[in-house]
Amino acid sequence: MSPLLTSVLWTLIKVAFALFAVGLNIAGLLGWVERKQSAVLQDRIGANRADILGFRILGLFHPIADAVKMLTKEDFVPTGVNRLFHTMAPCFSLGFAFLGLAAIPYGGVVHVAGKAWSLVPIESPVGLLFVLAMLGLGLHGVMMAGWASNSNYALLGGLRGAAQMISYEICMGAILAAPAFLYGTLDLETMVEKQGGFLWGMIPNWGCFTQPLAFILFLVAGTALSKRTPFDLPEGEAEIVGYHVEYSGMKFGMFLMTDFIETIVVSGLAVAIFLGGWQIPGMALDGLSGAVLMLASFITKLLAVLFVLMQIRWTLPRFRFDQLLSLGWKNILPLALANFLVTIWGIYLWR
Amino acid sequence: MAMTVREVSRPARSFMEQIFLWEVCVGLMVTFRHFFVNLARHALRALGLKVEPGAVTIQYPEDPAVLGKRARTRHRLLKRADGSPRCTSCLLCETICPAKCIHITPEESPDPRIEKRAKTFDIDIGLCIFCGYCVEACPVDAIHMDANKVELSSYTREDMIWTMPELMDDVPKLPRALRPAPGIGPTVPFVSGSH
Repeated sequence: MSPLLTSVLWTLIKVAFALFAVGLNIAGLLGWVERKQSAVLQDRIGANRADILGFRILGLFHPIADAVKMLTKEDFVPTGVNRLFHTMAPCFSLGFAFLGLAAIPYGGVVHVAGKAWSLVPIESPVGLLFVLAMLGLGLHGVMMAGWASNSNYALLGGLRGAAQMISYEICMGAILAAPAFLYGTLDLETMVEKQGGFLWGMIPNWGCFTQPLAFILFLVAGTALSKRTPFDLPEGEAEIVGYHVEYSGMKFGMFLMTDFIETIVVSGLAVAIFLGGWQIPGMALDGLSGAVLMLASFITKLLAVLFVLMQIRWTLPRFRFDQLLSLGWKNILPLALANFLVTIWGIYLWR
Repeated sequence: MAMTVREVSRPARSFMEQIFLWEVCVGLMVTFRHFFVNLARHALRALGLKVEPGAVTIQYPEDPAVLGKRARTRHRLLKRADGSPRCTSCLLCETICPAKCIHITPEESPDPRIEKRAKTFDIDIGLCIFCGYCVEACPVDAIHMDANKVELSSYTREDMIWTMPELMDDVPKLPRALRPAPGIGPTVPFVSGSH
């Protein structure tokens, strides 16, 4: 097999892993986690009725039932909508979220059978920018849905979504500038590699210890960027109607899924930049067992971050829109810029 | 009169409240505690240990409905020591009933000490509003609302009418179509009401 064909095949396998094993799997499970976690923390039982042959397994069949319901529902398109854009909007949202998922470093470089195999699906020296760009492009789905629906409520929801996501994208850039300068690269895999070893011989040299402020700000901005509670103003199911009022069936399901996938992307970024990615402190990972450990370590950290984000989602009430924007522009952005200045100053002094 | 102005002092937000982060952590501590405590309780109960339940949910059709001690539920007609109904057919309950769901046919009592007794005593549960006036009006303590049965639905309006033996729990309440023919079934004869 020619080296080119091998590398193309290997990339395809990795991307497929990212989309199906990580993306669709965890996104489907997140629907279950969302129900069950909220139920347990609110002293309830949660969805437990879907069963196959009498087996319920803690309500794990509910995501399947949901998917079947979404797929078999009538795909209702109201009169007056721009059919092309109305159909394209959920595809844009979900597609770009998926693409962002493909550049997350699930593992580093391992040597198997005398060759170096990288476990990053899309190896790129500007992986961080790629993920941020995909998160940003997802915004077009929201705007398109709001505009093409030919409904005032959807348009207002789309406007809110656009304002929120653009604000927090700028914040995100300002926040991630500091770790990018600290690691001296935009390549996510190199960033993870630089987080090996220990600080002062005891705590792991992870981004959350070297850049604690950036880590907290990133979690806030990431939640806002993925449109999750407490920042779910573009949707606001209960009281303010969102950009997807005019959607039904699987198109609506795709918007729901976008939220989950974007949360996974943001959590993946948080793990890669701030939580040491696939690193296990004090262990040098290589070979086949190293690859497995890398994946296990990364997925474990990813699930832990998702758990915390889900807990935040069920703890905090929704922000008001002016509070949301003032939090982004007046608090997070200055703090992120100050953090950036202190970081480059520190790098200059200690280098 | 001049309008009075009242100054309402609003508490100034402290620095910790303004940065919001600490308050978020306090909230998260509450939800995390609930989550892990409930999770542990669910797990221990699944292992068969007797601990407090992890959820306050009552899964009603499978678990019995939990009623308050003084809940007003379906009516119950009380009996004397000899098994005859206490009711003396004074019609006070029928009179006071705001929903007009009680229908009594009086008849002379064979007992010389008692003037009247009920020939039929029907309550249309479909009309009853569970106000409890009948219980309060009864001078001989013949009717209570403590059968503790809340599953009172039926497929026809006729089946919502409860007759005297059914209210005394002498015979089970069955849909009309399933009742045995008069004479071969229960010892207490069915007497249809005045409807």
